[in-house]
Amino acid sequence: MADLHLKGVRKAYGAVEILHGIDLDIRSGEFIVFVGPSGCGKSTLLRTIAGLEDISSGTLEIDGQEVNDVPPSRRGIAMVFQSYALYPHMSVYDNMAFSMKIARASKDEIDRRVRNAAEILQLTEYLDRLPRALSGGQRQRVAIGRAIVRDPKVFLFDEPLSNLDAALRVATRIEIAKLKESMPQTTMIYVTHDQVEAMTLADRIVVLKDGYIEQVGSPMELYRHPGNLFVAQFIGSPAMNIVPATIEQAGPATMVSIAGHGGVTVPVATPAASRGAEISFGVRPEDLVVTSGEDFLFEGTIGYVEQLGEVQLVYVELGRDGVPLVAKMPGSAEVKRRSTIRLTAAPEDLHIFGPDGRAFARARVEGT
Amino acid sequence: MATQIISAIIVIIVGVGGCVAYFWGANRLLELVFPARGTSGKTAIDNLRRQGFIRPWLFVGPALLILGVYLIYPVVETLRLSFLDRGGQNFVGFDNYLWAIGDREFRISILNNLLWLAVVPAVCTFLGLVIAVLTDRIWWGTIAKSLVFMPLAISFVGASVIWKFIYEYRAADQTQIGLLNAFVTWLGFEPQVWISIPFWNNLFLMVILVWIQTGFAMVILSAALRGIPDETIEAAVIDGANGFQIFWKIMIPQIWGTIAVVWTTITILVLKVFDIVLTMTNGQWNTQVLANLMFDWMFRGGGDFGRGATIAIVIMMAVIPIMIWNIRQANREADGG
Amino acid sequence: MAAKAGRSFFGRWGVHLAVLAIVIVWTLPTMGILVSSLRDRDQIIVSGWWTALAGSEQTEAGRLAGPDAQIERDGRFVIEGLLFEEGDPRRISAFGTRATAPTATEAGVEADLGDGVTLTVEADSRYVMTSPVAFEGRGQRVYFSALSPPRFTTENYETVLLSEGIGRSFVNSLTVTIPATIIPILIAAFAAYALAWMRFPGRAILIAVIIGLLVVPLQMSLIPLLKLYNGVGAFFGVPAKTYLGIWLAHTGFGLPFAIFLLRSYIAGLPREIMESARIDGASDFDIFVRIVLPLSFPVLASFAIFQFLWVWNDLLVAMVFLGTGRDQLVLTGKLNALLGSRGGDWEILTTSAFVTIIVPLIVFFSLQRYFVRGLLAGSVKGG
Repeated sequence: MADLHLKGVRKAYGAVEILHGIDLDIRSGEFIVFVGPSGCGKSTLLRTIAGLEDISSGTLEIDGQEVNDVPPSRRGIAMVFQSYALYPHMSVYDNMAFSMKIARASKDEIDRRVRNAAEILQLTEYLDRLPRALSGGQRQRVAIGRAIVRDPKVFLFDEPLSNLDAALRVATRIEIAKLKESMPQTTMIYVTHDQVEAMTLADRIVVLKDGYIEQVGSPMELYRHPGNLFVAQFIGSPAMNIVPATIEQAGPATMVSIAGHGGVTVPVATPAASRGAEISFGVRPEDLVVTSGEDFLFEGTIGYVEQLGEVQLVYVELGRDGVPLVAKMPGSAEVKRRSTIRLTAAPEDLHIFGPDGRAFARARVEGT
Repeated sequence: MATQIISAIIVIIVGVGGCVAYFWGANRLLELVFPARGTSGKTAIDNLRRQGFIRPWLFVGPALLILGVYLIYPVVETLRLSFLDRGGQNFVGFDNYLWAIGDREFRISILNNLLWLAVVPAVCTFLGLVIAVLTDRIWWGTIAKSLVFMPLAISFVGASVIWKFIYEYRAADQTQIGLLNAFVTWLGFEPQVWISIPFWNNLFLMVILVWIQTGFAMVILSAALRGIPDETIEAAVIDGANGFQIFWKIMIPQIWGTIAVVWTTITILVLKVFDIVLTMTNGQWNTQVLANLMFDWMFRGGGDFGRGATIAIVIMMAVIPIMIWNIRQANREADGG
Repeated sequence: MAAKAGRSFFGRWGVHLAVLAIVIVWTLPTMGILVSSLRDRDQIIVSGWWTALAGSEQTEAGRLAGPDAQIERDGRFVIEGLLFEEGDPRRISAFGTRATAPTATEAGVEADLGDGVTLTVEADSRYVMTSPVAFEGRGQRVYFSALSPPRFTTENYETVLLSEGIGRSFVNSLTVTIPATIIPILIAAFAAYALAWMRFPGRAILIAVIIGLLVVPLQMSLIPLLKLYNGVGAFFGVPAKTYLGIWLAHTGFGLPFAIFLLRSYIAGLPREIMESARIDGASDFDIFVRIVLPLSFPVLASFAIFQFLWVWNDLLVAMVFLGTGRDQLVLTGKLNALLGSRGGDWEILTTSAFVTIIVPLIVFFSLQRYFVRGLLAGSVKGG
């Protein structure tokens, strides 16, 4: 129903700049997730979209209209807060009806919309209760219900699941995904620090760090083709293994030599000038497989094994100082500590990042 | 009396209603002048911004006005008056201050105030701490605390009557109906007119304030003691400290800040002590204090505003260090948060 | 916590006894006036209030019936009768006929008055005097010691409330106190919200000023305000001492603490609730009235109790800004006046004092929780 355009959005508190010029286009009906470590500016970005924070410079458009100076209530947005922010002295019904009462809507209209929202969220039997008489999950649903009643063009979530326990978090995550499905026209923007939530919910993920957008893309794009070292290590768990390497031969496919190990050809184009450059070579733990042949990428000693049941994490010491390599293997695989292991990976699962930390453009990705 | 009650109810409704009417009416007016509801687009948004600009001043306006008239203006005016003569007409320079330094009663008041300042905050804080510690460890501590706390609700005048009854004196051959003299005669001593014994009578007046304020110190310090993390005490027990060492070396250092607050609060109160002296002795027998002396000069012989103001300034000067400290503290908190 | 730490140091019983002693010392003074206010006025001046339950012993004099009442019986002249009226609860313990020895003989024992004259006085004041010769002149004077049983009465209350003007002052005190409590709450609450949650220039300075004003002694304001009130009164031709004047004065003096206390509480309310309300379209006025006020009830109650006690117990402000006529004299002022005019009449003073302190005590005991909470919030941070 509404698309958003952010152009050069900056936010500063006094001399401290939190957002350094964010450019982002969000399409109508999209589910966008802002993700990043704490302090990256993702919540501030959401709050500037909501109108709870002023924009220092740049423009924000919602539905084709510049809303920099429009107060929150006139932006056609609704927001679900981390702490739910329910009005503690009002019943569930009054909580959901509050915005419409302020807008002086008719009683019938209020009643119709509140009951409709309660129906969707299975809150009908709790309408008379006060928030403190509800469980965490129910409170969460009331907060969502309050947003639904406003019938917003843009739905904002600020870490809505972080106050729930693990089991409830999974259940509510699915609820939110279903809710999005039932409201295909509504744009949703969701802030989280949890990459699992980001991966499972998002149409597109926006990865933020230190007030800059690191990368925007669909979950699988980000997973398969991280644009830089930060995204590579932020998305995926355990994080991608990174080892130093040198470009031996640049070209449409690049030959690199991994420090202390052999060479390998990665199907990524590099400019000729980058020959000899010191780069980072990356491979995800789940892409590493054991090999007995001579075409291994890494050879090392198993230092430690974490058995998780369905998988086990094998920490392989590569015989140099530094971080051990992590490999994710089936839980049933036989691994012995102190034994030597050889690991390899398919060429398309290998990543290389230039000296500036950015990924070299992949032939396939170019053009999108 | 019935008419008084009715008129009292009417004035109460008018007074309180006027206040409500202001806030409601001012807000209504603001929404009428800059309408946001019903209008749309840019006008509405501009009007909302204008409302947001003006509304804070509607909210703080009455408070500012009253604070200005009742506290800020008087501080300046009192300072000015202290340099004027009794009617506030002619400039007399530092005459009032010179008079004060030379005046015997003023000097007595200063000495007595210093005595009060030295004794009352210290005794209240000490007793409050002791009672807080003792009551924290018995099952009926809450009841005991609430009884010790109770005098805080009693007016200084009421407390003065209560204690005057305790200090009541009857000639030695009569039955003593004052508790203190009855006790003293029971011990075999002569009954005394307690409030006219020079020097000591000050202490008997201070007892009243101590009786009232110890409860305050106790409640605050008790809360502070409870706020001490159990772990620090348990760690000290494991480290082999005895009860006494735990109290002095672990607990007290953790509540220093609160002790300071209690001390200063009572100090400010002591500086303003007036009712007790007025009702017990009215400054006779060398018990005069500054606040009562000032009140005296406001009305004595038609009132000498210059001298009264001068005494007020002297009281004010005593609280200025506390004021500065408070503001600094608050600013530090604001910066920290 | 403290219990664990100190048990070895003080004995368990020692603590109980020490606290008990403290509690007794702290409550005894108030008990004194409560008990005295209920005692008979004659008993108050002859015995300590702590003996109220034991009754009081008093030496009195009386005169027996004269010779007219004598009858002749078995050759002796006898006068019989009662010293007290029928139904008098007093009991006589001893009697005598000389002022120097008023209790020479125990009740019920026959006393020899010389010349064969004997006198017996029973505990219930029945007496028998016999003589071998006829009595002449006036009736015999007797001295006796009588024990009055404890007598409690509400007469003192009737006296002070109706004829001493305390009742009227009670109404005056209420007239001062109620608006002087409510008005500052309203004004302070709006200001506190603005200072806590609204953005406007000068906010930080205002907060600092208010914290500074917290400790300004009342005395600083008295003279300028007295002049101001007199000036306003003269200018408009209205009395300078009015209830409106004292309400505003109390409001002014209570505001810094009110704003300070309410602001620190309101600033502690969750930010997200305010933001949620703003997204829901509420203006600051809506947020204040519909969200902040209901949620601030505990702190409003705390301050209300403070201000109520402070205004009710105040003497200074009332003496300066209110008249001393019947229609304006408040309880504290009345009590102060009584101390001067009825200095020795303890039945009046104790009763009046008790009437003065009963309202604050009720408020205090019923709302102690809020009172303590306010005290902690107000002083732990500010002072």
